[in-house]
Amino acid sequence: MKFTRLILANLLRNKRRTFLTVASVGVAFFLYGTLRSVLTTLDAAAEVGSEARLVTSSASGITFPLPEAYASRLATYDGVSGVTWANWFGGYYKNPQDFFAQFAIQANTYLPMYPEVEITAGDADAFLRERTAALVGIGLMNRYGWQVGQTVTLKGTIFPGDWEFTIRAVYTPTNPSFSAEVLYFHYDYLYERTERSITPGWFILKLDDPDRAAAVAATIDAAFENSNAPTKTETERAFQAGFVTMWGNIGFLVRAIGTAVFFAILFVAANTMMMAARERIGEIAVLKTIGFRNGTLFGLVITESMILALTGGIAGVMLARLAFAGDNPMNSFFPGFGVTGETIVLGIGLALFLGLVTGAIPAWQSARLSVVGALRRIA
Amino acid sequence: MSSPHREAITPTTTAAPDRPVLVDIRGLSKAYHRGSETIHVFQDVDLQIQEGEFLALMGPSGSGKSTLLNILAGLDSPDAGNVAIGGEDITRMNARQLAAWRSTHIGFIFQFYNLLPVLTAAQNVELPLLLTNLSRAQRHEHVMTALDVVNLTDRARHFPGQLSGGQQQRVGIARAIVSDPTIILGDEPTGDLDATSAEEILTLLQRLNREFGKTILMVTHDAHAAEHAHATMHLDKGVLSR
Repeated sequence: MKFTRLILANLLRNKRRTFLTVASVGVAFFLYGTLRSVLTTLDAAAEVGSEARLVTSSASGITFPLPEAYASRLATYDGVSGVTWANWFGGYYKNPQDFFAQFAIQANTYLPMYPEVEITAGDADAFLRERTAALVGIGLMNRYGWQVGQTVTLKGTIFPGDWEFTIRAVYTPTNPSFSAEVLYFHYDYLYERTERSITPGWFILKLDDPDRAAAVAATIDAAFENSNAPTKTETERAFQAGFVTMWGNIGFLVRAIGTAVFFAILFVAANTMMMAARERIGEIAVLKTIGFRNGTLFGLVITESMILALTGGIAGVMLARLAFAGDNPMNSFFPGFGVTGETIVLGIGLALFLGLVTGAIPAWQSARLSVVGALRRIA
Repeated sequence: MSSPHREAITPTTTAAPDRPVLVDIRGLSKAYHRGSETIHVFQDVDLQIQEGEFLALMGPSGSGKSTLLNILAGLDSPDAGNVAIGGEDITRMNARQLAAWRSTHIGFIFQFYNLLPVLTAAQNVELPLLLTNLSRAQRHEHVMTALDVVNLTDRARHFPGQLSGGQQQRVGIARAIVSDPTIILGDEPTGDLDATSAEEILTLLQRLNREFGKTILMVTHDAHAAEHAHATMHLDKGVLSR
């Protein structure tokens, strides 16, 4: 503690440089917090799916629909207590870049299977009764300022044309990782507007016993193996994970960017620390003359480096935590997006590591400095 | 076997000729290597300094004055010979032991003061005490005493940049004496000062020697500065003479 004043005095020797170094480390760690949160949110999204529900989709992929007749067959399998289905709609509201998910669902069977969808405004019965009605997530309502009873028009991309929906109910997810920005509407509406050419995109099966999921899935897939539309049945969690796997390259990209940024900042901070130490060669020689040991000087320099890195690192991740607390723009793409405690702790650990690495070389140079040579240089 | 350069120097002083030997240098040699060439700074030098002496060491540039001073301070190592200060042979110490020894036995005064610009005068003086187990209050007391000796208590909170050259050197002297070292080594302590400031510093060194019994070895180019010491030694072409 008695060296605190000396360390602080050295850190504040060039306030602008110290500020810029801390700021650059802070920006890097803000980016780290954000990018890692993308990964943790993607991972969490995979966990949203229930182990108590199975999803049966086409073995060729989810873009290939299945016959509607499969619904009644699937309901007959032992262990299956309910069946519903859904389709991906793929429309947009005004701006094609403004993405949110829309699903056509078999509402009277779908909603009872999803306790995560809790209707908190409007009228559930009105939604069920009206063919063009929509059930909209609270996040989406807030995003566009929509009201219950309002008619909204979506532009179809997979199913071209203007699609009008009347908002009759609003849901609030009971699980924070479940998206609050989905628009559900009736499969019947899609079926009729497409002149009955559409069939279910995938089926969702409710299980009596989640422990039997694998056996039930195997039985179903075996039964449809030689049909015109072979199936792939998996737990909803695995199905969601499959979606996340589609983001796999983004995950790699995020890690690659994060690593590149980290190393760029590492080099910047190391260069700054080395410059700072080089400027103080004479002072370090004086301290050695006074009797400061090599280890003490090593500790002083590396402490400075760690203070810089920790200050920037903590500021960066905490700023990311604040920026993405509660409702935030990232929720549109990643429901439940936020900087977790684990990300903060890992960030602090990374900052400590950064401080150690960037301080090691100048600290070692300071400790190994030849006093005679250094004093001659400053004389 | 004696080298032609060898000369045992025991400076005659007017201060206290019967005092015990504080510094005992025997057969000291130092050479630098530049490529295949070996440059002998000095060879087989002997020197004894008694407690309470104030000695000046003169010689032309490159004669090895500062090298001798650095060896005495444990900052440089000789190629041969022994240096005993207060009975301890510092040539047998490793770097860690030397650092600890320096912190308690050596007070070093630099030509260019070498104060840390980011610390106040008091904080600069406190630096050697950071290596001790003294409490903050005790350190403060020692610092203020040292600043009082150099008559700079009113400048305790000033940064080096706010002080004149003479004042900075007085802070440097306060830093050198604050831990009550065995010997004070000055490497041209007046070399960067005007005549008036230089005289103040030399008077202060004399006072430290007379009133506080400090043993001082001062390297200087200035014959007038050397006159303030009890005796002057000359180092030239590797030969130490009186």
